[in-house]
Amino acid sequence: MTSRLETDSVQPAYATTWAYIELMKPRIMLLVVFTALVGLVVAQSVSGLTIDIFMVSVALFAVGLGSGAAGAINMWYDADIDKLMHRTANRPIPAGLIPREEALSFGIILSCASVLLMWMSSNLVSAGILLASIIYYGVVYTIWLKRRTPQNIVIGGGAGALPPVIGWAIVTGSFSLEAWILFAIVFLWTPPHFWALSLLAKNEYKLAKIPMLPVTHGVTNTRTQILVYSVVLALFSSFPILNGFGGILYAITALILGTVFVWMAIDLKFSEAGSESASSIDRLKAVKLFGFSILYLFLMFAVLLLEHGFGMHYSVQGLVM
Amino acid sequence: MSGETDTESPCPLSKEALAARKRRNIWLGLALAGFVIIVLLITMVRLASGIPERM
Repeated sequence: MTSRLETDSVQPAYATTWAYIELMKPRIMLLVVFTALVGLVVAQSVSGLTIDIFMVSVALFAVGLGSGAAGAINMWYDADIDKLMHRTANRPIPAGLIPREEALSFGIILSCASVLLMWMSSNLVSAGILLASIIYYGVVYTIWLKRRTPQNIVIGGGAGALPPVIGWAIVTGSFSLEAWILFAIVFLWTPPHFWALSLLAKNEYKLAKIPMLPVTHGVTNTRTQILVYSVVLALFSSFPILNGFGGILYAITALILGTVFVWMAIDLKFSEAGSESASSIDRLKAVKLFGFSILYLFLMFAVLLLEHGFGMHYSVQGLVM
Repeated sequence: MSGETDTESPCPLSKEALAARKRRNIWLGLALAGFVIIVLLITMVRLASGIPERM
């Protein structure tokens, strides 16, 4: 398959609308909006508060714009390393579709628009967290952490975990324990998700001089850390049940998916995935865990959406603290 | 300096580049219009919901 970089040398490329959408990392944006929606729906159900459907739509749109803004700022700063890695070489900036400065301007303008829309449609608290999450991802993670520490995605994961808290604040104008439990689930999910990917792209990260865990501490250590985080995540996912906002449907889903997640992490731990001598079967184990982790987060939040948005919430009697 | 030199583009754009710029400008215009409409609607909703409270 010919990459855009290869075709660039033959004929000039011009940015299409899709290139600007790609600059906003649309897949991440969808996940961010979805987790914010779940935070919002659970907040409405638990607090009994409601807000205007139009205002909710604008607020969620603002969350999406904010996520896109952070993505554009990330691509602006990482353009030099993106062109070195096969996985990212076709992004709009390294592919020559969008000038680097334009991506930064785009990100800053989107940031301002998203925070302003959030403030107008909901409240100052949710606008403040949205601004904080954009700065967290665009500055703290991208500029400070990513190229300095192997704990980059652990600490940086906080940015991706904030959307459910924003969703909660849109409704209540404040934070509560439930919002932080949702935050913690996404936060604990992030390391095994990204480290499974980094096992596959270890050589590319090494080439780009990014201190991802497999590069700095080796693949065996990374597989162990994936297993540890998977176990902690599976155990922590019971907190919504103990708190009461996770019902029977959530409990069954968390038990099944958590068991599968840990089982896949154990299988990965005792494989050679990430090492030079890894077989295609071992590599496939990392691919499968990466793919399953996306499904895991989606289903865990989708179940909460079903329980609280469609009246299917039945508390697990005897377990609620 | 003659007027002719002033209006001459120093680096003429190709047809494809002009078309791409036109497309971007259309989307930019639509995005700005969308933003203005959303702000207007938010203001109207806020005003409408605020009136009964003050009456």
